[in-house]
Amino acid sequence: MASTAQSMHDDRVARGRRSSGTSASAACIALLRRDLVLAWRRRGELFLPLLYAVIVAALFPFALGPDPELLARIAGGVLLVIVVLAMLPALESMFRVDLEDGTLEQWLLAPQPLALLALTRVIAHWLTTVLPLVVVMPLLGALLNLPVKVLPVLIVALLLATPLLVLLGSVLSALAAGARRSGILLALMLLPLAVPVVIFAAGAIAAAQAGMPFIAPLTWLAAALILAIVLAPLACAAALRIAVES
Amino acid sequence: MDTFPAPAAPLLSAHRLAFSRNDEPVFGPLDFSLGSGETVLVEGDNGSGKTTLLRVLAGMLPPGAGEIRFNGQPASRDNRNGHVLWLGHRTGMNDSLSARENLGFLAGLYGTRSGMTAATSMERVGIGAWIDEPLRTLSAGQKKRVGLARLLLSPGEVWLLDEPYANLDRHGIDLVNALIAEHCAGGGAALVTSHGAVRFADTRARHIHLAA
Amino acid sequence: MSRSYLPHWIHWLGSPPNFYRFAGALRPWFMAVALISALIGLYGGLVLAPPDYQQGDAYRIIFIHVPSAWMSLFIYATMAVAGLVALVWRVKLAEVIAMECAPTGAAFTLITLVTGSLWGKPMWGTWWTWDARLTSELVLLFLYLGVIGLYNAFEDHRRGARAASLLALVGIVNLPIVHYSVQWWNTLHQGTTVNFLDPARSSIAPAMLWPLLVMALATHLYFFASLLGRTRTGLLSLESGKQWVRALVGGQPAQTTGAPT
Repeated sequence: MASTAQSMHDDRVARGRRSSGTSASAACIALLRRDLVLAWRRRGELFLPLLYAVIVAALFPFALGPDPELLARIAGGVLLVIVVLAMLPALESMFRVDLEDGTLEQWLLAPQPLALLALTRVIAHWLTTVLPLVVVMPLLGALLNLPVKVLPVLIVALLLATPLLVLLGSVLSALAAGARRSGILLALMLLPLAVPVVIFAAGAIAAAQAGMPFIAPLTWLAAALILAIVLAPLACAAALRIAVES
Repeated sequence: MDTFPAPAAPLLSAHRLAFSRNDEPVFGPLDFSLGSGETVLVEGDNGSGKTTLLRVLAGMLPPGAGEIRFNGQPASRDNRNGHVLWLGHRTGMNDSLSARENLGFLAGLYGTRSGMTAATSMERVGIGAWIDEPLRTLSAGQKKRVGLARLLLSPGEVWLLDEPYANLDRHGIDLVNALIAEHCAGGGAALVTSHGAVRFADTRARHIHLAA
Repeated sequence: MSRSYLPHWIHWLGSPPNFYRFAGALRPWFMAVALISALIGLYGGLVLAPPDYQQGDAYRIIFIHVPSAWMSLFIYATMAVAGLVALVWRVKLAEVIAMECAPTGAAFTLITLVTGSLWGKPMWGTWWTWDARLTSELVLLFLYLGVIGLYNAFEDHRRGARAASLLALVGIVNLPIVHYSVQWWNTLHQGTTVNFLDPARSSIAPAMLWPLLVMALATHLYFFASLLGRTRTGLLSLESGKQWVRALVGGQPAQTTGAPT
């Protein structure tokens, strides 16, 4: 009698079992697809940071005078700063919508590790908000008279620095998302942490421009990026748990 | 020598569970268990801690005291995640996406029950025609139904439903009761909160009453 | 959550009313010894120590600058440790301690930067330079301000404390950067001169070293005294509705508390 009760229980539980896989990679692809679709639906908004970057880059020749040598000297650093500033508004709302509509609660209860979902969100965010900026770099470089030979180094530096900043920004954005009134808080938290990244990236570009070896700062950036890929999602998950707690 | 297998451990059980916020007790100590096929109704006025109790059971808040067990084991990510489906005040769906896209995403995380698709689950809750409309064009009641469709779509033995009757008309209320009954008949369990205005269909359900 | 591995006195100390009384008893002593050591250290540094053969008397600002710099790092580490305890075990006392460290740490960091700047002008000819050590110390100041800002952005102080503690832990990577910056990069700032593991091998004259170490002791004691005081205040405000606080304010004897919250 008792054995049939147990097997009946097992049958009932088994009937609810998954049919399609919920492997970690399938889940990440589902999240990535969702974020990309959402970004595509708002594609008009995604132009705004690009426009902002172009306009600010164009302001510099007006402000500093058209002296081509001066512009060429500062171009690398200025472009880096512009990219960092252009990334800020999007970073601020990285998790806000999902916190408000309850999606984060579903993340919390999903079978996949929260850190993995956070990392996927970072990747989607970078693809949709930062990659366009990097693509526009040649145009911005032309506006600021950046020597063409330095352009590849600029791109590589951005490809290393921007994911690092998005990873850092994800942790801070998750922390600020739980606060009622955050305003400019994310910028205040992120910019100091962005300083070392900017220093190394700009250092590489300046070195390349002067014809000196530039590999060292780039390898530092790469090392920091690898460390961040491992650690930032964990910190981001911890911050998301705090945010959902309210 | 005949040995009888031990009876199946309850899907969810709580032992002396309590929670305080700012040192004000919110609920507890509570003792209850939820076995396969059972429903528990948590009743109480607004502010009595029903939602907090559900959030503690879901692992979103840590218990102040006591313990929670899933299938007899102390609650942890491994034995909770993937076995619990949560439907809260906020449905967990994005307004800019359609029901099909939202359901597809959650199914991508939680998996799909055999034989179910987004379309069949939407049909079951009565709004199949709206499956491709952006969620923002749906009424609050229809959005709630999409949330119910999600419960049908993904596997999960334990349903934690916070005010599932909110925003629903008479037919919607009957739908919720029917879905819960079907889920429990299939071996699942449900813990449901309500502020008592709705007559709960399952007369065998146990009641927990929380005082504000 | 059983804490049977913790000694009983830690458990006892973790209870806010107990800590309040304990800290209140201890604080005056710390403050007194801090003041006395500060007087001794300053006398030793400003009066007794000989002038530097390169910088003359301008170097004497190090007796403020260096201990402040050490404190800016030490307080951050304290904040991070308390924050870790707050995050993992949700201990109320740890939350308060972590948050009360931040303003004092920010103050010491600001003092470090300002005194450094005042020293830099005669020594290097500039008020500021963007070398590795100064930049990372400035980043440290912003980290403190970020922790304070994030904490104050939350309405629920306990959640805010845990969020700010997580931020503090994220920023802890800056601590080794500040410390080792003078070794890893060519900086304008001078290299490490005081060797903690073996003070005799420091490259600083003993007559200058001892006032420096005494000032370090003074600042540490001051910080502990300050932290004890601030934590008491923080506990009062966090627990303001509870019986022990009301009894304190009303002048009645508080109920003895055994179990910690």
